[in-house]
Amino acid sequence: MNQNIYVVIEHLRGQVAEISYVMLAGARELAKGLGGNVIAVLLGHKAQELAGNPSASSGKYLAADSVLYIDHPALADFTSDAYQKALTNLIAKDQPRAVLFGSTSIGTDLASTLSIKLGLPMVSSTRSFSADGKFVSQICGGKIMAEGGLPSPTALVTMVPGGYKAEQGQSTQAPAITQVEVPVLESLRVTLANYIEPESGDVDIAKEPVLVSVGRGIQNQDNIILAEDLAKALGGAVSGSRPVIDQGWLATSRLVGKSGKSVKPKIYLALGISGAPEHVEGITTSDTIIAINTDPAAPIFGVAKYGSEIDMFDLIEILTEKVKQSKGG
Amino acid sequence: MNIAILVKLVPDLVEELTIDTSGVALDTAWLRLIINEFDDHAIEQGILLKERGGGQVTVVAPDIEGVDDVLFTAAAKGADRLIKIKGDFTGVNNHALARAFTTVVKELQPDLILTGVQANNDLDGSVGPLLAGCLEMPYVGYISGVSLTEGKSKVRKEYPGGLIAEMDVTLPAVLGIQAAEQPPRYVAVSKVRQMMKTSTIEERAESGLDMAGGPTIGRMFQAEAGQRATMLTGSPDEVATKLVGIFKELGVL
Ligand SMILES: Cc1cc2nc3c(=O)[nH]c(=O)nc-3n(C[C@H](O)[C@H](O)[C@H](O)COP(=O)(O)OP(=O)(O)OC[C@H]3O[C@@H](n4cnc5c(N)ncnc54)[C@H](O)[C@@H]3O)c2cc1C
Ligand SMILES: Nc1ncnc2c1ncn2[C@@H]1O[C@H](COP(=O)(O)O)[C@@H](O)[C@H]1O
Repeated sequence: MNQNIYVVIEHLRGQVAEISYVMLAGARELAKGLGGNVIAVLLGHKAQELAGNPSASSGKYLAADSVLYIDHPALADFTSDAYQKALTNLIAKDQPRAVLFGSTSIGTDLASTLSIKLGLPMVSSTRSFSADGKFVSQICGGKIMAEGGLPSPTALVTMVPGGYKAEQGQSTQAPAITQVEVPVLESLRVTLANYIEPESGDVDIAKEPVLVSVGRGIQNQDNIILAEDLAKALGGAVSGSRPVIDQGWLATSRLVGKSGKSVKPKIYLALGISGAPEHVEGITTSDTIIAINTDPAAPIFGVAKYGSEIDMFDLIEILTEKVKQSKGG
Repeated sequence: MNIAILVKLVPDLVEELTIDTSGVALDTAWLRLIINEFDDHAIEQGILLKERGGGQVTVVAPDIEGVDDVLFTAAAKGADRLIKIKGDFTGVNNHALARAFTTVVKELQPDLILTGVQANNDLDGSVGPLLAGCLEMPYVGYISGVSLTEGKSKVRKEYPGGLIAEMDVTLPAVLGIQAAEQPPRYVAVSKVRQMMKTSTIEERAESGLDMAGGPTIGRMFQAEAGQRATMLTGSPDEVATKLVGIFKELGVL
């Protein structure tokens, strides 16, 4: 075992995912305390440029001391079977102090299974680390935090965003890249058939100046109209949390959060949304968040600038009326 | 098609959560446990697959207070077999739970195993991919659609922003369900009561709950909001007036 921190870089269709930078920042914090290096692990096919070139959006590089690159046609797009096989060999051979994965569609397909396969301990939903080797994870929809020492010998960790800014994991210098031997990737049981592009909705919620966003607290489809009236009066649109979309009360294009869109309105008015981490992930870029929620312990109040514990059904129509009056007068 | 669905119970987040005197766990005395909502989606997806292509659906759950209700509700929705794993599951982590499920799944020999993509109290990974590791089966999570053909499944895996990857997965496999193709169906309480009379819950004993692989928690605490929101109080009329003032200040009115 050594004190190096490995970060499995996530990328999707030629773009490094933001969580990769967040993980590099977390890894740096750990490595500083432990005296190890931060090593990015990149799997792909003809994807070396993802580490060798600066990112198109930030103009920056992965803030790693070095990059281990594994190239194979079967790794071109993420599939759990091929990625797992490739990582099993690498982790078993190198025995780093920790391997960080995103708590994402990619990372969660890998970390737990590798924990069993390699007999290594794991921690999930980790938000931050401290230099003395502790992790802090977030559970119960963001209501509870759990802290502990990074388990030994090699800890497999899935990370959520929120603890570090992506910029902290970006650097102006290109890291050195080492190509790693390709494992045998045969008889794969999971293969990519194709991608299906997101449905484009009637409005792009990422571009709206005001969002009236509804959560499970809206209770049923008939009440959506209340939010629509308010949104119209404010010159914005209606968006929603995952349960509202899963119930079919709003179109998928209106989903805010981890599996939906990140939004950046001037005002994000959250009605009956608890503020689970998967939702909050998509709203932190809003200018001002205002939350209406009857539960004083709702995590949404931790990210909102203004809040009220009032029942939304006592408020919405009066508010819509006052907004209309204010515009008229 | 033989489908096994594994469910667990989790804290109901609507209730107030408190930390127990040990300082490292939730106080279970006041905890209300409910089915993990993503496991509920897994049940729905399993029943939809059975309705479309036939087969048998078995729902397996650990013996935790409230589990009988969860299992009978699944039966009312259309599950054929109900299995409860007996044992003391208080404070048991997902590594131990996955190992306990493994024994039962090996007995059932299903073609397909469904479970919720994650649960709100997961601290050592989620049950689905841990189980896949134990069974040496493939795992794919973040699933919101499944179709089955001979020996294979085609799944819709979700990526951010609404992007979907369609993947082919060789069976038997474990799938982590994010959302069923339709919202979990509602069943009347009377139907669940009827199931309590007509269906049986089979029991299996756990074969040693091995928690190895999970972290040791040194401290658990409430997420105290960094800068808490400025709270607006008063009657609905007063709160609405204050909000209009804020909207004006922010330049949207
Ligand atoms: C892999 C994954 C990806 C996910 N992606 C997303 C995502 O992109 N977006 C997303 O939103 N979620 C996502 N989720 C789901 C997320 O974990 C939460 O389950 C979800 O955000 C909860 O939605 P909610 O706040 O509307 O519902 P709840 O958590 O049930 O909250 C409802 C809130 O309404 C309040 N309320 C009830 N009645 C009233 C009333 N009359 N007046 C005022 N307040 C009231 C309650 O106090 C409660 O806080 C994802 C989950 C997973 C596992
Ligand atoms: N504190 C830090 N934050 C982010 N990246 C760092 C940090 N320290 C070092 N690095 C990265 O490690 C590389 C080598 O660092 P150094 O040799 O310490 O200058 C730099 O190019 C950065 O990519």
